[in-house]
Amino acid sequence: MTQTDSVISIQKLNKTYKGGYQALKSIDLDIRRGEIFALLGPNGAGKTTLIGVVCGLVRMTGGTVIADGHDITRDYRKARAKIGLVPQELATDMFETVWHTVSFSRGLFGMAPNPKHIEQVLKDLSLWDKKDNKIATLSGGMKRRVLIAKALSHEPKILFLDEPTAGVDVELRRDMWTLVGRLRDQGVTIILTTHYIEEAEMMADRIGVINKGEIILVEDKHALMRKLGQTRVTIGLKEKRDAPPNLDQPLELSGDGMTLTLNLHGEGDAEDTGVADVLKALMAAGIDFKTVHAERSSLEDIFVGLVETRQ
Amino acid sequence: MNMHAVRAIYMFELSRTWRTLFQSIAAPVLSTSLYFIVFGSAIGSRMTVIDGVSYGAFIVPGLTLLSILTESVSNASFGIYLPRFTGTIYELLSAPVSVVEALLGYVGAAATKSMILGAIILATARVFVPYDIEHPLMALVFLAMISLTFSLFGFILGVWADGFEKLQVVPLLVITPLTFLGGTFYSIKMLPAIWQQVTLFNPIVYLINGFRWTFYGKADVNVWISFGMTFAFMAICTAIIAWIFKTGYRLRS
Repeated sequence: MTQTDSVISIQKLNKTYKGGYQALKSIDLDIRRGEIFALLGPNGAGKTTLIGVVCGLVRMTGGTVIADGHDITRDYRKARAKIGLVPQELATDMFETVWHTVSFSRGLFGMAPNPKHIEQVLKDLSLWDKKDNKIATLSGGMKRRVLIAKALSHEPKILFLDEPTAGVDVELRRDMWTLVGRLRDQGVTIILTTHYIEEAEMMADRIGVINKGEIILVEDKHALMRKLGQTRVTIGLKEKRDAPPNLDQPLELSGDGMTLTLNLHGEGDAEDTGVADVLKALMAAGIDFKTVHAERSSLEDIFVGLVETRQ
Repeated sequence: MNMHAVRAIYMFELSRTWRTLFQSIAAPVLSTSLYFIVFGSAIGSRMTVIDGVSYGAFIVPGLTLLSILTESVSNASFGIYLPRFTGTIYELLSAPVSVVEALLGYVGAAATKSMILGAIILATARVFVPYDIEHPLMALVFLAMISLTFSLFGFILGVWADGFEKLQVVPLLVITPLTFLGGTFYSIKMLPAIWQQVTLFNPIVYLINGFRWTFYGKADVNVWISFGMTFAFMAICTAIIAWIFKTGYRLRS
């Protein structure tokens, strides 16, 4: 991958906390410019530590991180100016107004005041009518929006969203993903961690899986689904059988002899054709059936499978 | 230099003063006024003149510093402790802000508040006792140095403290007693010889005497030693803060 393709380049990144706990083990990772990258992993896998290192909250033990062409240690000013961070915790200045705290964030990141931009950010996040409210008076979901507004106040090129939809209602979650889509359209690179894997499945271009401080997989989402995804077809028979039919596909027969199951690997058309093929073959063999149920594995199934394999 | 960040932090901190106006300005002004009423006007009228200065006027510099020292420490320590406590410190740590810029913002704002407070207290004192300032420019420089030094000290306290109790303990149990024993209400020449020696280990003695010299041209300690001690204390605090940011002590994991 060339330097221009990669907006964040992480090489041999290590983090060992005081006491000897190794949170990150020689991480190599490249984030492409303009993509939505979902970083998945179980609790304690190292997701927040990795984000913390890139954003300057956690000191790395070894390795290098380049953000938009700038080394985050040697050239931290230029690197950090490009990055926005929405943290996992709802950390806000409770006694400040929305407008004041978002304007403060813009200044902190070295940008001249721009009330029009702040207004646009607040409107995009449905916070405009709350701009003069103290943050303490806002609901949890609104506070989450304020954190996003703060992260966007300095027009970052890279946005980290650490569990942005944890504990928020459905409406806000939908608004947030609309916003994420809009930001991607504007060229902002988005790196998110989430526990809602279906969101990663819906939004992300690429998926990275981290477990016990190691990146165990980075893959284009569709390629991952094709490679590791599968469709399980369950066929309810009209008449009991003693053995599975002898077809091209490896069908399994249930103990009661009334159900056939078939696992098709891959994603998309190939699976659909596979289902049709097996049904045609059954009909040709004179085997009648009453129900057909096809269930495609989700990213969550793939994720759980990957992590469990590594345990 | 990220001047936008310096301005943002500075203005943010000053706005906190207006929000907590009573705690930041009104309370110290009220307590200082009470000191002037009790020690300056009531008891002071029965006290003898010290070094040719009336007792009421004699205690003006010390009482001003009593408020400035505690308020500088409190303001600066709360300024940095509050974001640590609420978790909003993540933003400062992830921002393109250097040590110098963070200090200019946080410590500059705390020192500014102290300077404003000092001016208000001196104006309040004028209501109770007549006094003159012999070296006004030196008084201003000294006041600025002391405000800055104790704001730096407060910043260190705010980074070090892991609870609100520690934030309160240092101003209440360290700064205030040392200020009382540092010659706020008396000349150290009035103490027995042995205590005159012991009291020289109290750094506040040098601050009060230096500041008093700028008012009346007289002090128990040589003014240049006072300036030197203040400067040394400021240098030590700055070095500690540079170390804090370099190592990330209690800020970065």
